[in-house]
Parts: sequence; C-alpha cells; structure tokens
Amino acid sequence: MNERPDLFSLSRPNSYVGRTLSRAGARRAVAGRGRYTDDMSLPRMLHAAFVRSPHAHARIVAIDTAAARSQPGVALVMTGAELAKLCAGPWVGTLTCFPGMKSAPQHPMAAERACWVGEPVAIVVARTRAEAEDAAEHVAVKWEELPAVADKKTALDPGAPVIHPELGDNLAFRKVVDNGNAEAAFAAADLVVEATFDFGRHTAVSLEPRTLLADFDKGTGKLTITTSSQCPHMIQRVFAETLRLPDHMVQLVAPDVGGSFGLKIHTYGDELATCAAAMRLGRPVKFVADRLESFVSDIHARENHVKGRIAVSKSGEIEAFDIDVLGGAGAYSQYPRTSVLEATQVLNVTGGPYRHKHHRARATIVFQNKPPSSQYRAVGHPVGNAIGEHLVDRAAEALGIDPIEMRRRNVFPDDAYPAVTASGIKIKELSHQRCIDVLVERMRYDALRREQAELRRKGIHRGIGIACFIKSCAPGPHGYYGIGGAPISLQDACTIRLEPNGGVLCMVGVTEQGQGTDTVMAQIAASALGVPMASVRVISGDTDAVPYGGGTFGSRAVAIGGEAVYQAARDLRDEILQIAGVLLQAETGALDIVDGHVIDRAGGARRIPLAEIGRIGHFQVAELPNSLQPVLSHTRRFRLEDELYIFTNGIHGAYVEVDVDTGFTRLLKHWVVEDCGRVINPQLADEQVRGGCVQGLGGALYEHCIYDDAGQLTTGTMADYLVPMAAEMPDIDVAHVQTLTTVSELGAKGVGESGTGAAPAVVMNAINDALSPFKTCVTTQPITPEVILTALRKI
Amino acid sequence: MSDEETLTITLTVNGERVSRLVPVRQTLVDFLRIDLGLTGSHIGCEHGVCGACSVRVDGAVVRGCLMLAVQADGADVVTIEGLDDTGEVADLQEAFVARNALQCGYCTPGMLMTASELLREGKPASREEIRTFLSGNYCRCTGYHAIVDAVAATLAARLQASSEPERS
Repeated sequence: MNERPDLFSLSRPNSYVGRTLSRAGARRAVAGRGRYTDDMSLPRMLHAAFVRSPHAHARIVAIDTAAARSQPGVALVMTGAELAKLCAGPWVGTLTCFPGMKSAPQHPMAAERACWVGEPVAIVVARTRAEAEDAAEHVAVKWEELPAVADKKTALDPGAPVIHPELGDNLAFRKVVDNGNAEAAFAAADLVVEATFDFGRHTAVSLEPRTLLADFDKGTGKLTITTSSQCPHMIQRVFAETLRLPDHMVQLVAPDVGGSFGLKIHTYGDELATCAAAMRLGRPVKFVADRLESFVSDIHARENHVKGRIAVSKSGEIEAFDIDVLGGAGAYSQYPRTSVLEATQVLNVTGGPYRHKHHRARATIVFQNKPPSSQYRAVGHPVGNAIGEHLVDRAAEALGIDPIEMRRRNVFPDDAYPAVTASGIKIKELSHQRCIDVLVERMRYDALRREQAELRRKGIHRGIGIACFIKSCAPGPHGYYGIGGAPISLQDACTIRLEPNGGVLCMVGVTEQGQGTDTVMAQIAASALGVPMASVRVISGDTDAVPYGGGTFGSRAVAIGGEAVYQAARDLRDEILQIAGVLLQAETGALDIVDGHVIDRAGGARRIPLAEIGRIGHFQVAELPNSLQPVLSHTRRFRLEDELYIFTNGIHGAYVEVDVDTGFTRLLKHWVVEDCGRVINPQLADEQVRGGCVQGLGGALYEHCIYDDAGQLTTGTMADYLVPMAAEMPDIDVAHVQTLTTVSELGAKGVGESGTGAAPAVVMNAINDALSPFKTCVTTQPITPEVILTALRKI
Repeated sequence: MSDEETLTITLTVNGERVSRLVPVRQTLVDFLRIDLGLTGSHIGCEHGVCGACSVRVDGAVVRGCLMLAVQADGADVVTIEGLDDTGEVADLQEAFVARNALQCGYCTPGMLMTASELLREGKPASREEIRTFLSGNYCRCTGYHAIVDAVAATLAARLQASSEPERS
C-alpha cells in the first residue's frame, strides 16, 4: 500500500490546517444569542445566595438560621456543618509528588472555623436571588475572632498565629533545586547582580462569573450540572465523589463559557453546596457568583516575594542564577490541583532560555488567611520570566552590553537540542535565535533605539523592553497531576463518526471558552478526512457526549486534544477507504478522499461520495461482505509519553513612555514572536497571544488584590481592582516561528499562555530602560505610578 | 412573589410594547433578562464598570445594571437582540466575526452596543479615539486590538459609503 499523503499539505484540497477561518460560535455571540449558564432556566428552579465570613480568621461559635428560614420564598438554609455531614471528604489539597507538602482538611463550606474573608459558611436557597440575599442577611453567625496571618513574610515567624494547629506551622511546602555549583559560581563570578521582587495577588476576573445550575432527578438519581467550566470530567469526578454519587450518575455540561483563564478548572465549595442543595430539595438550584463575591471566593494567584541574583562573566556569559521564592498559598492548598505549582514553576522556568550551568532555586509556600491561590493563566511564568529577564537586563547594563546582544550570547542555540536547562527541565525543538532575529526586524530595533535617544534628549523618557521566555505546555502524565494522584486526565480523546449522509461528528474532551478550540478541531478533522469544513460539527463540554478527557488548561487543547482528533480522523479515513476499496474493487492505497468524495489518487476522478459510504455503511450493510463490519466511529486518545511538558519559546518586545513627574506609564507598542509549533489557524493563534499579553500587562501594571493587616480585601470591586481597558492597551504585533514538535504527528505545541507568561517581564524591562538615566529601577508589580515615583524618590 | 413593593411599567423593547408588574428594586438588565428572556445583555459586575449590560434607552447607551426597570417606564429600549433584528450593525457584526474581535463573547453585545453609538456619530475616529470610546467596556479575552480593528474597519467603510454619493 502506498504511504498516506501528507494530510496537512496546504496544496491539498480541504486543507484547512494553517488557514484563518472564522468561528461558527462567533456568529451566534454577535447576535446576542450565546447560551451561557445563567441564560438557562428550568421549571421550579430556585436561586442560591451565600453567607460568607466577614473575618479573615474566626471560629463559628453558633449559627442561628431560624429567622432566615422564615423569610419570604426561602426553601432551604444549610450551614457548613450541615453540608459536611452530607459529603464525603473533607478535601485535602496535597499531591503525592510533592514530598512533605501539607494542607489542612477543607470542607466545602466552613464548618467550625472560617479562614478567609469570603469563605462560604451557609447557603440560602429561595425563589429569587433577591429573596435569597434578603434571607441571608437574617442568618445570625456568632463569631469569635482569631488572630489572622495576612503577610506571608511573617507567616513562619516564631510566635506567628498558626492557621491550622494540626499542621504545626504555616508552611505548606518547600522545594529546592540545586544543580551545578551555584555557590562556587557566585564566589568566582566577575559580576553579581542582585534584586528583590514583589508580585501582588491577582485574580482572573472572567467577565462571566462562576455560574452553576444543578438539577437532581430523584427518580433516576442522576445529577445534571450545567456550569461554566473548563474541565468537565474533573469536576464530575470530584463532585461525584464528594456528593457520594457514582461518576456515571453525574453529567456535567459546559455551555458557552464567558472566559475562564484557569479560574474555572477548580473546585469551589459554594458550587458543591449548590449541588447538595438541589439534591436535598429535588429542585433545580442556580448559583451565580456576583462580582463582589467573585473577588473573595475565586482562586487568586501570583503573590510571591523573591530574592534573586545572577552571576555573569566579563564577556557577558551567564553563569548562574540563584533565586529564593516566598509564595502565599492562601488558607488552604486548593483541592485537587494544589497551591504550590506557581512557585515551583518559578524555580523551573526562571532563566529557562539560557545556557547557564549553575542553578539554585528555593521555593517556600506558606498559608495565610486569604482565599486559596492556585493555577491561573501561565502559572508561574509571569513571575519567573520577570525575575530572570530583569536580572539579565541589569547584568547587561552593568557590562555595557545591549539587551538583544546579551540574549544572543546566552540563549540555547537553535541547533543545540535536545537539551536540559540548568533547572533540570528537558527542552527540544526550540528557536530562540530565530525568534530574536524576527523580533529585531519587526521592531526595527536599531531605529527604535535611535528614536529613544533623540527623545531622551528632549526630556521624553521612553523605554524599550526585551524578554525571552520558555513556556511549559500540554502537561504529560508523568507530571504533577498524573503521578501526584489528582483525578485529572492528562490524556485527551476524540470520537469521530461518519453519519449516514456523509457528515462528520467529532466529540472532543477538550473544551471551548472562546479560543476557537471547536473550530481548530474541525479544521484538523476536515483536513485529515478530506471533507469540507461545513461537513464537520464538533461537540465539546458534555460528559455524556464526549470521550473522557482532561479539558482545557495548560495550553494543552490543540497539542493533546488536536492530536487525538487527527489520529481518530485518520482511522476513520482508513476505514472509509477500506469500505470504498471493497465496493470499488480497488486497492485502498490507490484511493484518496477529497471534498467528501473518494477519488482515484492518480488522476483524481471521483469514485464514490462519503454520503454513499455512510448510506451503505449504516443501512445497506448487506452490500458488504460479512467479514467487513463497518464501525464508522473511531476513538483515539493521546498523551505525552516521557516528557513532562511540551515546551515552547519566544520573545516579547515593548516600547513604553514613562512620565517621570506623574509616574504614569503609557504603552506605545508591543511585539511578540513565539514558536507554538504548527499553527492551525493563524488568526486564532494571534488573538490568543494578544489577549494573553493584555492579561499579563494588567497584572504587571494595575491588578492587585490588596489586603490590610487584618486580612480584609480592600480592592474588592471593579472600581478598586483595576483591569486593563481599551484606552490603556497598545497595539500588539504578533509573529510565529513554527518548529514542529516531534511528540505528535500534528506538531502543535501550545499558544494560549505565551502572551501572559512574558508580558510582565517585558513591560518591567521597558519601564526600567526608561528609568535608566535616573539610576533607579522598579521590581514591584503591579508597577503603579506610586511604585515608579517611589523609585524616582519623588514620594 | 413576596410582599416586596411592585409597580406596573409599560415600555417599548426592541419595537414591541410590553407591560409588566416589576419589583421596584429590580434593575433594568434583570428585567430584560429574567422577565423578557432577552439574555443577550450580560451581567458582569452590577456596579457600572464592565459595560457587559449596556443597552440603548431613548437613543442613549446606558448601563442596564445602574438603571432600575421602573425608571424605564415609558422608555424606548433596544437590546442586542433588537440591534440584530433591525440589521443596524450587521456590518459591524460581520467585521467582528471576520476579525475574530471576540472570544468568549460575553462582552460582545455590550461592546457592539457602545460601538454602535460611535458609528452613529458618523465622524472619523483614530484608533486612540476608538479605544477611548470603548474604554468603558471590559474584555478579558481579546486584548482589544482586534475589536479596535473591527470598529475602525466598519467606520471607515461607512464613511467611504456615505461620501461616495456626494462625489457622484
């Protein structure tokens, strides 16, 4: 049999891989006909509101719910202690791959003690949300305030209050990486640069808040959960186990999801309580987090204090990094993904683009009376890249080397792979050198430097920032969740079916939150099969419909889910050709599929349409020999074999202007060149990068969950927690270098987090470049006007 | 309903006259979504910052979360469903799809509503001016660049179209 043709060749008909195609879902959204969870109502549906802790740390002495129960419209009031009795558990957010890690048992709602402001303590269910909120005000909680730990820097001090006494102290986890001989390298180095960094707490602020509609069928015992989720199967598994239901009696449906960014890969106690209420009442119950409760109940991220230093030779060769990271986990380690990945990723990726030999990195993660922190878009990378790229810039400045040249001297050369970074991670098929070349050209770097110098003479302080990065994508089963014991699939799957009229249904375990995953999967399936795009429909986000998968997180949808689609489509293609071969008395290798027709590979003559294969394969199987039993439905799973991740790389450039009198930063232009492997849909890939950049820029410049000493959130509205809006954001130039990964046939790596991962690094470098005439720099994020004016010693 | 205070309001929504008994504390956007099933207007913050609930009331774009339903008594209200039905922003919608100026789509109805106001002004606008005009509408997904592209392209096409008959 002849070799299969290259199914992704752009010269083939129906080759959609590598082409910009618009999303079917977009047309629905612009008409206002999206269907988000809160748009759905069920007969006899009730609404939930929560009583939440007003204290950062307090014992629940008593809860009196009698008055609340007698309020108009109230169907149920349930306390945390009452809920705990209905549930298996409690949750403990540790993974076995983190030796020595600790976390305390956590109930879905606080049962005896509340450990952060906003922790749910009782659910009130009523006919309307307004009535539920009214009644919640009548729940009388008698609190005994306990000393709170707000500041991570004092959490381990002797005498500091211990949040969970059974743990002995507030230490969640400590990890050390010590490769090479950093101590000796620093002692012998020509130049050592040190810096101390602070990264504020952020949260995702998806425009659609967390929303869940639970419907329990008392007749069959089946729970249907419609919710805004990225990871249907994980939520199904955790909720089923906690609610003591078998997995197969819990259906999780994610309809249109209004943004997620990692926020919606997690389990939340208030959502579980909503399901429990629906089971108790036998009536549908809906919960929509309002914005104020989102700020105090969604996971937070990024809060790290870091001391870092770099050792460099006179010629500008990076010899060693040494970093010490103190991360704030919040009150509990988030179940089941934990709250320690951010800091441990910082250890892995700091200095990741460079060939230094010595790498010492320590992470200490402590508990505080704040909401649990956990995985949020580009986990750890915004912090690690900001540290590493700042130190590289400072060293270059001290040696009088241009930032671009400094990076050219130190990145792994494009022909150096496979390689292992000094932090110990395996990397291959990266392209730092080509990315630098492309960036320099697109930025018109030299001209920009000249413009900067001219303006500086006029008192206008512009800065140019450069930041290289690596990004971990598509985690494999040998990574944290898999070997750590989390109920999270690191495989993903596709079932693809040929329908009788030749149409194709493609069910995928990865999910769509607007990135265009469904469109990309259709492009892959249509290309591999040889059918028009209109012949393919993708179904995702329904555990009753799709094969088991991990969902969308960690830039894995295309790399893992896309490869599963490709392999399943290829199997279906092979079967179609097998059936066609029998019907046509032809060698299957002499046949191909183009535009929904089986054709002669030589000459291209149409022989039989797929509609005919579908008709015969489903209805007229008597026309086929008994030995040929059509299936016309194929499932494939894909996972990484040995790798922990597929790494990508790239480089950002930024051009900013700092007003040294007001401290305001204006973002003039941003560039990204990144290597996500094979680009399936160029426009969608570009927009992932752009949106990701702005999410990173928001964190770098504006966003901050500011807590006072008592553990009270002081930025709990959108008027206080500042998100990036259109007026402040720059145009973003995006380019791709495509080095295909060899772990899959598709060759796609991951693109969703490359913007977020390095934008904070590059904007900080650009601001510091602007500030360089003043012999000062900033290392605190968000880089507010106050931070800049403080660095300039103006306040 | 409970014994909370209610009033009957009569208004025009997307060209249709409606009359309903509503709680006096109900916001306009809750009324549109819950009572009329017009779920295209979204709720993002309920304190007037994010713009997801933007609707047109008597010709001006307002926050549906900052206006009470009873304040809309007698008013002419247009939601995204109405804008879609009349075809007033069909070109802008097409540009949003072609340019992928939306991802999750949750901000999109409000974004289109605000942009429709800029388009109705019928004056040229720079990218900076478009950005400023849209800066009351939060989008977490796109980074805004594509949205600015889509609005700029639609505005340019409209200005071009309106100038052509004058020349001929």
